[in-house]
Amino acid sequence: MKKKDVILGVYIIVIALLLMIVMKFHNNSKGDEIRIKVNGRTYGTYSLDKNQEIDIDTEFGHNTVCIEDGEAYMKEADCPDGYCKHQGHISKGNQTIVCLPHKLVVEIKINENQETNNDLIPDAVAK
Amino acid sequence: MSKKIAYLAMLIALAMIFSYVEALIPINFGIPGVKLGIANIVILVGLYVLEPKDVLVISVIRIVLVGILFGNVMSISYSLAGGLFSFLMMWLIKKIKGFSIVGVSIAGGVSHNIGQLAVAILVIENLKLIAYIPVLLIAGAVTGLIIGILSVRIVPVMKKEVEKYG
Repeated sequence: MKKKDVILGVYIIVIALLLMIVMKFHNNSKGDEIRIKVNGRTYGTYSLDKNQEIDIDTEFGHNTVCIEDGEAYMKEADCPDGYCKHQGHISKGNQTIVCLPHKLVVEIKINENQETNNDLIPDAVAK
Repeated sequence: MSKKIAYLAMLIALAMIFSYVEALIPINFGIPGVKLGIANIVILVGLYVLEPKDVLVISVIRIVLVGILFGNVMSISYSLAGGLFSFLMMWLIKKIKGFSIVGVSIAGGVSHNIGQLAVAILVIENLKLIAYIPVLLIAGAVTGLIIGILSVRIVPVMKKEVEKYG
C-alpha cells in the first residue's frame, strides 16, 4: 500500500461522513404523511396519524406497508431479495424505504402549509 | 490465439465461480445488498497481468453469463453499470503514478457502488436514493480495501503463470 492509496481511502471516508452528517440534519423533522411511489408515479398518500395497512399490488409485485404509532414500515413484500422489509421504521422527512425490484419508494411528506395561509404562497414554494 | 482464448475462458469461469460462491455464502456487512465482490479479484489482478481490453471482455462476459444463469435483465443492467464504471475508474487510477493495487481496488469498489446507485435512481425515477450515497461510499472503500489486500498476494503468482502460458 502506498501513500496515495491511504489518501484516497481517507478522502472517501471523510466525504462520506460529511455527507452523512449533512443528510442527517437536513429535512429531519417529523412528517405528516407517507407518499408511496411506484415506477416514478405516485401510488397514493396516507396519513401517518392513522394506524393502517396499505396493500400495494402492481405489475411488479405485492407489498404491504404498515403505519403504526406515526411510523411506517414494510411489513410484507414478495420481492426476491426482501431488503425493503429490513429498512426499519421511518417517520422523518429525509427517510425512505426502497423496494428496488418492485420500483417502489415510500417517502415521508411534511405538510409545511399547516400554519401558514395557503392562499398567500404560490404553489411552487409549497412543494 | 487459441491459447489466449482458453486462458480468458478460464478466467471468466473463475470469476463466475466467485460470483456463485458469493451468492451461496453471502458475507453480511449489515447493509442490505452490499457484497464483498470477490469476482472483482479477477478483474483487478487482470488489469496488472493482462491487456486492458481482455480484462474488459472478461468482465462483460462474466456479468452477462451470471445474469442469464442466476439473475434477470434488471440485475444485468445493475451489474453492467457497476462493472463498467468500476473498470473505467480502476484503469484510470492505475495509470496515475503513486497508486498501488490497493488504491486501484478502493476506487473500483467505490465506483462500482456509484454506478449501481445511478442505475437505481434512473430505474425508479427517484432522486431521494442519493441519501444512500454515504453508506455506499464507505462500503465500497472497505470492500475495495479487502479485495485489494487479497490481490496484492495474487498478482506475482498470476504474472508467473501468464508468462508460462500467455
